[in-house]
Amino acid sequence: MQNAIELKNISKFFGDVIANKNVNLDVKKGEILSILGENGSGKTTLMNMIAGIYYPDEGEILIDGLPVTIRSPKDAFAHRIGMIHQHFKLVDVFSAADNIILGEEFQGFDIKEEKSKLCEKFAKENSEFENYKPEDHPGILSYLSAPKFHSEKEIKRAVSVLPLVKISKRLQFNWLSRNRAQTIQKIAYKYGFDIDLKKKIYDMSVSEKQTVEIIKVLYRNADILILDEPTAVLTPQEIKKLFDVLRRMREDGKSIIIITHKLNEVMEISDRVAVMRKGEHIATVNTAETCEQELTEMMVGKKIELNINRTVPQNSEDRLVVEHICATNHDGVKILDDVSFEARSGEILGIAGIAGSGQRELLEAIAGLQKLNGGDIWYYDPSKNNEKVDLRSKTPMQIRNLGVRLSFVPEDRLGMGLVGNMDLIDNMMLRSYKNIKKLDDEDTVTQNNSDIINVAKDEQIDNTECNVKAEQSEEVKNNSNAFVAFMKKSGKAVANVAVKAWSAVFLDRKSPKTLAETIVKDLEVVTPSTRTPVRRLSGGNVQKVLVGREIAAAPTVLMAAYPVRGLDINSSYTIYNLLNAQKEKGVAVIYVGEDLDVLIDLCDRIMVICGGKITGIVDGRAAQKEQIGLMMMGRLSQSEGNDSVKPINGDEQGEVEREDI
Amino acid sequence: MTKTKSVKEPILHLVKRSSLPGWKAWIIRALAILGGFIFICIICCAELKTSPFLIIKYMFQGAFMTKTNTNVFFRDVAILLMIALAVTPAFKMKFWNIGAEGQVLISAWACTACMFYLGGKVSNDTLIFIMLLMSLLAGIVWAVIPAIFKAIWNTNETLFTLMMNYIALQVTLYFIKVWVPTGTGSLSPLPYGNLPQIAGGDYLLSIIVSIIFTIAVFGYLKFSKHGYEISVVGESVNTARYIGISVKKVIIRTLVLSGAICGVVGFLLAGGINHMVSDTTVGGRGFTAVLVSWLAQFNPLAMVFTSGIVVFLSNGTTKVMENYGIPNAFLAEVLTGIMFLIIIGCEFFVRYRVIFNKNIFSKKQKATVSCDSNSLHEQVTVSVDEATRSDSSNEDLLDKTESVLTDDDSTLVKSDISDVKANEEVK
Amino acid sequence: MFVNFLTTAIRFSATFLYGSTGEIIIEKGGHLNLGIPGIISVGAAVGCIFEYYLVKAMGTSVPALLILIPLLMTMISGALMGLLYSFLTVTLRANQNVVGLAMTTFGVGLAGYLISDIQAEMAIIARASKFFRDMFAVQSDNWFVQIFLSHGVLVYLAIIIAIVVQIILSKTRVGLNLRAVGENPATADAAGINVTKYKYVSTCIGCAISAVGGLFCVMDYMGGNWEYVLEGFGWLSIALVIFTLWRPALSILGSIVFAGLYILAFGYIEGISFAQTEIIKMLPYLVTVLVLSISSMLNKKNTQPPAALGVSYFREER
Repeated sequence: MQNAIELKNISKFFGDVIANKNVNLDVKKGEILSILGENGSGKTTLMNMIAGIYYPDEGEILIDGLPVTIRSPKDAFAHRIGMIHQHFKLVDVFSAADNIILGEEFQGFDIKEEKSKLCEKFAKENSEFENYKPEDHPGILSYLSAPKFHSEKEIKRAVSVLPLVKISKRLQFNWLSRNRAQTIQKIAYKYGFDIDLKKKIYDMSVSEKQTVEIIKVLYRNADILILDEPTAVLTPQEIKKLFDVLRRMREDGKSIIIITHKLNEVMEISDRVAVMRKGEHIATVNTAETCEQELTEMMVGKKIELNINRTVPQNSEDRLVVEHICATNHDGVKILDDVSFEARSGEILGIAGIAGSGQRELLEAIAGLQKLNGGDIWYYDPSKNNEKVDLRSKTPMQIRNLGVRLSFVPEDRLGMGLVGNMDLIDNMMLRSYKNIKKLDDEDTVTQNNSDIINVAKDEQIDNTECNVKAEQSEEVKNNSNAFVAFMKKSGKAVANVAVKAWSAVFLDRKSPKTLAETIVKDLEVVTPSTRTPVRRLSGGNVQKVLVGREIAAAPTVLMAAYPVRGLDINSSYTIYNLLNAQKEKGVAVIYVGEDLDVLIDLCDRIMVICGGKITGIVDGRAAQKEQIGLMMMGRLSQSEGNDSVKPINGDEQGEVEREDI
Repeated sequence: MTKTKSVKEPILHLVKRSSLPGWKAWIIRALAILGGFIFICIICCAELKTSPFLIIKYMFQGAFMTKTNTNVFFRDVAILLMIALAVTPAFKMKFWNIGAEGQVLISAWACTACMFYLGGKVSNDTLIFIMLLMSLLAGIVWAVIPAIFKAIWNTNETLFTLMMNYIALQVTLYFIKVWVPTGTGSLSPLPYGNLPQIAGGDYLLSIIVSIIFTIAVFGYLKFSKHGYEISVVGESVNTARYIGISVKKVIIRTLVLSGAICGVVGFLLAGGINHMVSDTTVGGRGFTAVLVSWLAQFNPLAMVFTSGIVVFLSNGTTKVMENYGIPNAFLAEVLTGIMFLIIIGCEFFVRYRVIFNKNIFSKKQKATVSCDSNSLHEQVTVSVDEATRSDSSNEDLLDKTESVLTDDDSTLVKSDISDVKANEEVK
Repeated sequence: MFVNFLTTAIRFSATFLYGSTGEIIIEKGGHLNLGIPGIISVGAAVGCIFEYYLVKAMGTSVPALLILIPLLMTMISGALMGLLYSFLTVTLRANQNVVGLAMTTFGVGLAGYLISDIQAEMAIIARASKFFRDMFAVQSDNWFVQIFLSHGVLVYLAIIIAIVVQIILSKTRVGLNLRAVGENPATADAAGINVTKYKYVSTCIGCAISAVGGLFCVMDYMGGNWEYVLEGFGWLSIALVIFTLWRPALSILGSIVFAGLYILAFGYIEGISFAQTEIIKMLPYLVTVLVLSISSMLNKKNTQPPAALGVSYFREER
């Protein structure tokens, strides 16, 4: 088989650091090549160089055996390379058809050439006319097909409109779109796509958007297709459909590169696998001659224990109870539909579901960021003897003022959890800046013996206020006491009020600084200093800062949405361990994850959400991946009975069943 | 090793700087200002056919020759500075308030209205108090209307405040014509409610007020909780929501502050300097203030200098024009505009680095060599790629790539190495 | 009376129509150009200067040239201003609001400076003004003809340009690509569209069209007199873009409404005082504010500004 594309010694540097180093890779015609690698092994960078988004610093790219230069996506298209990015490159307000034809090349139109062609045609017809004898062609209608004579003037006129023709061709009028629609439909039919060309992108589901992306690339005649993590956002059924399409393309002689870090998909779809590690190409092997174990070793470099130490929950009690909550987004579509569950202290509740099934909204609803249409959220306050607190329709500030210690690690770290342009100290302050300081409020930041930080800082502003008032009234009562004592006391009270007033208006950067230093030290955050903007840290360190800050608030409920997304394996395990440690301390942990294997290994219970509805809650120790997969698509609700769901104890069973009813 | 055809490679390569030490950035800006002055001198020389030194001399004369000149200079700086201070908190919040013109004008109008209607009927002190109150109120109302719309419906504030300028102008013109129905159609200075003159002129008051406000705004933005909230909202509305800042409240509160400072300016202009209002009372300074604030990177202390430069330029060139008998102020405007454009353009070099192809090559060599010599460097790649990868996996994590894209920071590289080590230890 | 009012409104509307059509093209490419007032002023000044020297050199013997050459020069000057703007915002990626405001300061100053040389002799220019007004105008007492056909050449040109721009934007691939650039430059780039080229070209063309508005205003509407009102008209043109929700065809009507509101103050309402005219002149701005707030309250997908409006694009930043 001939090589469709060949990379020779490709290197890419970002400044002094190396993203890809001496990568040699080839893709044959009519094959599916998987590029396998951990998060951050340089897969996407490499592919971006083929697609013209980055320019390689060294090495060359050969297409059909010839060296080429790809400087922009346009060049890539010219070499029939098309890339489907993980984050779709579609214009929201355009229809599918408009997105597909977007950026199509203008076919060259040379006036001189066209003129000579036109002249030739006229000359030919004129000569035909001269040789034409009407008597040779009997029949009434024969004059219709008879050649006509073109005068000089006519030719001149035809030539003179050519520039106009050129202009209109250049503008590429879009209204004669029937042919185009046919072409698109033909492509769709050929590979088994289902598409509504007039539908606007903002009305589409994720898989529909992906279909548009793929057709877009095919419409541009791509022979080499690069798909960056195409399955991350799809349901297993949609993945199957996609793989069928990919196989059909392969039969059609197209070369397909698929970037992934999911081994089972690699085994299922690809002909060969190229493994990347730390920016380097480790090996390319035939899929048929390898196994998952071998690939993992190549990918990670050494055998690693993938076990998470999961303890059995101790003294579990309900901490957060969610009852029948509903919510709609701004288009009026239901995003949460009658969701009920409870999070228990000392256990990790996993939430599984296809991306965008309402996980984010659910967590935001609990955190007070999502408006609810109905239902209740109750919090049982352990510090007040499990007193029931209503969290419904409260703002995050109100929730905090109620003394509810709720921590939330949002999915969008630098866009929501942290401020990228601020330094570590200012980011620590996000949670605590509202606190009002007392005079004798010594440094509250303390450090436990454990390696997990535990900065218990009470955030009860009201208390502070009460204290001051109490102190003042007390002082009035003791008026008869010694004058000196009074002066001392009142002086102190005045100073206290002054400090309070000052700290009500101005920031206190001292305790956040201590906290930042503690987190940097305990979680081994790698940063030049605590004054470095967090966006300059690497992904793992950013996440440590965020999780560290949230844990430092000594939460009783800890919610984390995709906390390991985009992290390398080591950082991921740091995070898992942190969550586990919180669980052991009796915190109710809610973990939203995408990797089912991790969910099954980490969580005590797994709640599956689909289209804003809970399809079931299964025991993490007994859960089957396939079963969860089906539940994620709403094909199976847990009550339909599955033998694999085995509760650890009767109590739990009752819990689960109650959930379902 | 390198097989790429250099001919086909892009000649220039842009790289976003992750950070530039503050002093370096200010040196670039200072150079741009210097370059701007030189350019302006060249234009003047070409236009007036004279020596550049003479031009510079006249410019300084225009700004500082007589005592009055100097006083006017500092007063103008003070007023411009105050307006710039007014728009700055909003800009820090990424609320593009370009309506300072209207906000100042309407408060000057409100102040004059008090003088016109109450003048002589109440005591001067009461009148001044009412004037101040009404000016503040007018400024606040004018600033808060767009803020409310922005907060609730996310209405485009740039266009809204722009329109408010003209509504303010028309209101003012209407009342001027009501007050002066015949004749010149412009109000003559009113004898009531004039602010006290310090040291025998109307200069010192504005200057003192502006100094107080500069320090106050600086402190407010840097050290106060409100200032912190403003920067959080400006950086990311989502984060603000997440930590429980009410974005609406912050927007409205900040614009109340903006409006109030504009109100003070209007009060100073109408009550202290002009003793009346006209359609040229503000004279475009509301727009200039936007530029002053932006050029100073929203730093109140730096604004003292940027507003000084702008006023110097405008007063100086006016003097040059006078000396050469060109009786119009437009050349001054042109020169100011050119200066602005040059300084704005220079900001590019603060934020981006232009790398010529040759440089890429040498950098590459360096990187490769160091990589060979130091095996740890290989591991750097992990964190780097992690950054690039999360780049594609989460658009909001984007900015991280930036950190990797720049090679200024050897510290960062080092830190990434230890990062890897740390991770291994953790495991 | 009403016929007269409508005729004047339509005639005057061309000023805004040029400005807003140009600004729509620019905004569709993702740039909020607040420099339009400056560009209109410079365009008018440059046009006037060429008009002045033309009339001086060759009198009024060749009317067509008296229109065409200043028109061309106006457009070139506008395009040059656009080039400066796009160099700063596209290549140097400066803040668009700030550049726009600086362009306005610069442009208004430059126009004033340029025109100051010939301001004393504006009468010469006024001689050429009648060709702008009368060349394609049909004189008749019929109300229909008066309202729709009695205008100068630049009025018709404005409407034609608006329609052509509308067709190009909504019906051609070039328009599609341009809208994609304004909506999502990263997507456009990945689709192989040269984002920088589109931004440059659209800005330059938009500025050239806007500049004609200034020329029209001075040469046709004001009959060859220079008044310092162009800056205000420039801001109104930007307002008109919002008023018509980024649709050039709609801005034909919108500009007539604006012009009508603006001229209402000049003798079309009985018994109005000198002062009240100022209140009436406020109407266009008030109406814009209303439209702006209402459209933001409705928050519909198809009435929103281009998504990437005001955002600089840097490929490696994605």
